[in-house]
Amino acid sequence: MAPATPRVKGPTQKKSAPPPGGSNKAFYGLLAVVAVAGVGGLAYLVAKPKAVSIPANVTVLAADTAGFHGYALGSDSAKLEITEYADYQCPVCQDWATVQFPSVKKELIETGLVKWRYRDFPLDEIHQNARLAAHAGACGDDQGKFWPMFEAIYAAHPQWAQSTNAAPVLQGAARSAGLDVGKYDACMQSAKFAGRIQASRDEAIRLGVNSTPTFLINGRLYAGRLSSDSLKALAAAAGAAAPQK
Amino acid sequence: MKLRMGMALLSMAGLFVSAYLYLYKIGLIGTLACGNGGCETVQLSPQSKFLGVDVALIGLVGYAVLLGLSLLALQPRFAGSSWPVRALPVLSGGAVLFTAYLKYLELFVIHAICRWCVASAVMVTVFFVMSVLERKRLRTDPA
Repeated sequence: MAPATPRVKGPTQKKSAPPPGGSNKAFYGLLAVVAVAGVGGLAYLVAKPKAVSIPANVTVLAADTAGFHGYALGSDSAKLEITEYADYQCPVCQDWATVQFPSVKKELIETGLVKWRYRDFPLDEIHQNARLAAHAGACGDDQGKFWPMFEAIYAAHPQWAQSTNAAPVLQGAARSAGLDVGKYDACMQSAKFAGRIQASRDEAIRLGVNSTPTFLINGRLYAGRLSSDSLKALAAAAGAAAPQK
Repeated sequence: MKLRMGMALLSMAGLFVSAYLYLYKIGLIGTLACGNGGCETVQLSPQSKFLGVDVALIGLVGYAVLLGLSLLALQPRFAGSSWPVRALPVLSGGAVLFTAYLKYLELFVIHAICRWCVASAVMVTVFFVMSVLERKRLRTDPA
């Protein structure tokens, strides 16, 4: 019986070169370089300080708005409810929040006449930091300190509004508002309130709001800077007309 | 062999793209280098999960499997028309179909384009074509 001979064709042998396995050092070298570069790049990205970004136009989920109707201040039994649609970066909003609002708070909200709601309407087209600031406010609310954070954000407005790196200034505002900064950082990184902010903005657009600040009083929109006296007069008129509870 | 080497390199690149998106998804990377913001919109959308699992994680596992099979196919004992070579077009074909579904979601449901996802789609499609070519080559020249 003749010994079996391998059935190898000459031309095929030429085609199958180079032999498979670890013989191709150049290929494995390249693979190792890609692996090291990839792992190194990812490790660098994970280790480096994270820039915060709050996405716009996210899909709003039911969970984003469940039970949330704006940041409320005042008595539930107040005869009148006023909703303010505002943008933290808007200079008029900042002026209103720091000059007029303290008086409104003292004379209308703390006296039980008015319940106030603050809703975000970030004007992303002209205010690149508005949504970031709105999220910082939401993270303040996450720790039960929305209103101290609201005041701190507006107080620091000149430092962050036009900054190309607003996040550290807002973090400073969080610290001054008494927030747990570690929790605040985690909240900002997660962008978990992006949907809530988007929902507020969508609602404002549906109502016809197109500038900030705009106040919703008894179903009517009042756009622009209202003096606290004008607001008190409006509230008095609207409150008088409001049905008794 | 060059096709198999190409597949190994492509699947490794895909693995890193998926890992990048997944690390963002779980909060270990702050922002995505995307340019148009579409990546974050897509990654934060409800469609970024499939049957409760992050799509980026599915991609990570999928590319790891393709890389493992591509490296196996490079070993001498799998040199011919072996099972890894036969499995690669099937698995990558499934990945291409899944990717097509994800592209549909981006275009018509989420209305945002994630450039990294597009890069992954191109890689997996090229991988599929290479795996089919390799399979075809072995059918005509099985040695």
